[in-house]
Amino acid sequence: MTDREFEFGLNTFGEVSSDSSGRVLSEAETVRLMIDEAVLAESVGIDSFNIGEHYRDGHVDTAGHMILATIAGRTERIRLGTSVTVLSTRDPVRLYTEFATLDAASNGRAQLIVGRASSTDSFPLYGFDLADYETLFEEKLDLFTRLLRDQPVTWSGTVRTPLVDQRVSPAIAPGSIPTWVGVGGSPQSVVRAARYGHPLMLAIIGGHPSRFAPYVDLYHRALEQFGHPRLPVGQHSLGFIARTDEEARAAYWPEFERVMTQASLERGFPTPSPERFESEIAHGALFIGSPETVAAKIVESIRDLSLGRFDLKYDIGHLSRDHRASSIELFGREVIPRVRELLAEEPVAAVSHA
Amino acid sequence: MPNTELNLGIVGAGKIGVTIARAAVAAGYDVAISGSGPAERIALTIDVLAPGARAATLAEVVQHSDIIVLAVPTHRFRSLPRDLFAGKVLIDAMNYWEPIDGTDDELASAPDGTSVVVQRCFPSARVVKSLNQLGYHEFEEGRRPRGTADRLGMAAASDDREALSRVLELIDRLGFDPVDAGALEAGVALGPDGPAFGVGYGAEELSKLMWVPDVA
Ligand SMILES: NC(=O)c1ccc[n+]([C@@H]2O[C@H](COP(=O)([O-])OP(=O)(O)OC[C@H]3O[C@@H](n4cnc5c(N)ncnc54)[C@H](OP(=O)(O)O)[C@@H]3O)[C@@H](O)[C@H]2O)c1
Repeated sequence: MTDREFEFGLNTFGEVSSDSSGRVLSEAETVRLMIDEAVLAESVGIDSFNIGEHYRDGHVDTAGHMILATIAGRTERIRLGTSVTVLSTRDPVRLYTEFATLDAASNGRAQLIVGRASSTDSFPLYGFDLADYETLFEEKLDLFTRLLRDQPVTWSGTVRTPLVDQRVSPAIAPGSIPTWVGVGGSPQSVVRAARYGHPLMLAIIGGHPSRFAPYVDLYHRALEQFGHPRLPVGQHSLGFIARTDEEARAAYWPEFERVMTQASLERGFPTPSPERFESEIAHGALFIGSPETVAAKIVESIRDLSLGRFDLKYDIGHLSRDHRASSIELFGREVIPRVRELLAEEPVAAVSHA
Repeated sequence: MPNTELNLGIVGAGKIGVTIARAAVAAGYDVAISGSGPAERIALTIDVLAPGARAATLAEVVQHSDIIVLAVPTHRFRSLPRDLFAGKVLIDAMNYWEPIDGTDDELASAPDGTSVVVQRCFPSARVVKSLNQLGYHEFEEGRRPRGTADRLGMAAASDDREALSRVLELIDRLGFDPVDAGALEAGVALGPDGPAFGVGYGAEELSKLMWVPDVA
């Protein structure tokens, strides 16, 4: 992964959209919409399309790999990934078979971000105990990494049956499926990503992204300590692009308010205010505005965090399919070229060949 | 306790533990911090994120100081020995939040707050509820020197008045205006769903929120 280009990705959590009349789409319609959106993303020059994994009302991303496989058949170039796969509650062998198959079918376009997940809905659903949170992730990352890099695999642990000299088909070139580790700010997760030599994906959903700079430093130093080469760091954030800043805010705010109010009730946090929203846009982690505004903000993050990848999560609540489509188009056609242009004017070391 | 007044021990080297370590080093404390394993495992993390603090084992942390911050995941504190913190001022910085910690019947139905449960778990410790109200980013970005106009308040609650006053002093040194919230039960107000959780208030406003009407 030493000569990879800067990657611009789109992320979706499978949020159920609506149409221009305000009708909320059915869950099946939303699944099909995501497929169309990925096709659109490729046509406007976006590098990757990455689907989350959530088990809650209003999200239809429970089996993202099925959606990715369908997208593979309708696209040629765009990379197909996750954002993120809850590895702790998956069987690494099954996950390998799915993504090695996706990689074969798509001619080498599969990728993943794996993580422990910030919400834990998949634990009771799949019969796992939250108390084993750490062990599950650690052991499964170990096994999954070995399946990706070093077959046949002999492995034993506490979270599943052992493997002895096991090959799993379809075969891939060792290490050829990029597997990023998604972290939310836990230092031990940053060090773990470095220990396994996986690139690091930072989920930055609040506050100025530069507050994550110490983690990037920690990651680089840990890579060195473990004897790995420099690997890229990516950022995942929420955003929405429209013709003007005002238009973007007006379209995003109602859905943002609804979703955040729900989250604040669940988490015991204060409800969102318009002031808070404005300040997150101006100084925080919301990438909302005109193409110029969003491009400038992305460039700032790239410089602050030495990024090699930036993923924009484009869906939120019932944001309408028209808004989603126009945001995807502007991201691909205007924001990405503008970011590249700004970076070319004043290059950042360690970006493209991290 | 000669010379140890500015010692601080932190159990839990995660997001909030490391943030508190950083603040304490800046305030002139001699800080020892541990995760659940050997010191080497967190050495680099501490070196980068809280330089000046010492990565240590759990036993060394307890040895190091009379004031210990407990910042392990909430679903983990019961795995620590009952008398580990005997005689220590133990700052409970933990919050119980079901989506992260899983369902815990005792914590979920603790009418007097989760710190009372923590005190029952460590009967020989002098438990003070505090340092839990702000997210780790807000904690890091919120600290200010004493006297700064926009300094945030930080409340503490305990049944042990002497322990409480030491924690109030620590809060002030860390960069927040200390607010005496009263008895340990008042810690409910500092936790999730309480009025002070996740909001940066000045001390005056925070004290008003802490005032629990006496129904007796
Ligand atoms: N995150 C915040 O912004 C925040 C703010 C205020 C309060 N809190 C509360 O603080 C607590 C910790 O949260 P966090 O976000 O900092 O968690 P975290 O990032 O997951 O870190 C937890 C730390 O505790 C350590 N630990 C686990 N079991 C242990 C044990 N038995 N003995 C010693 N250390 C142990 C872990 O070490 P190993 O990796 O070695 O196991 C890790 O260093 C939670 O109760 C949370 O509610 C969090």
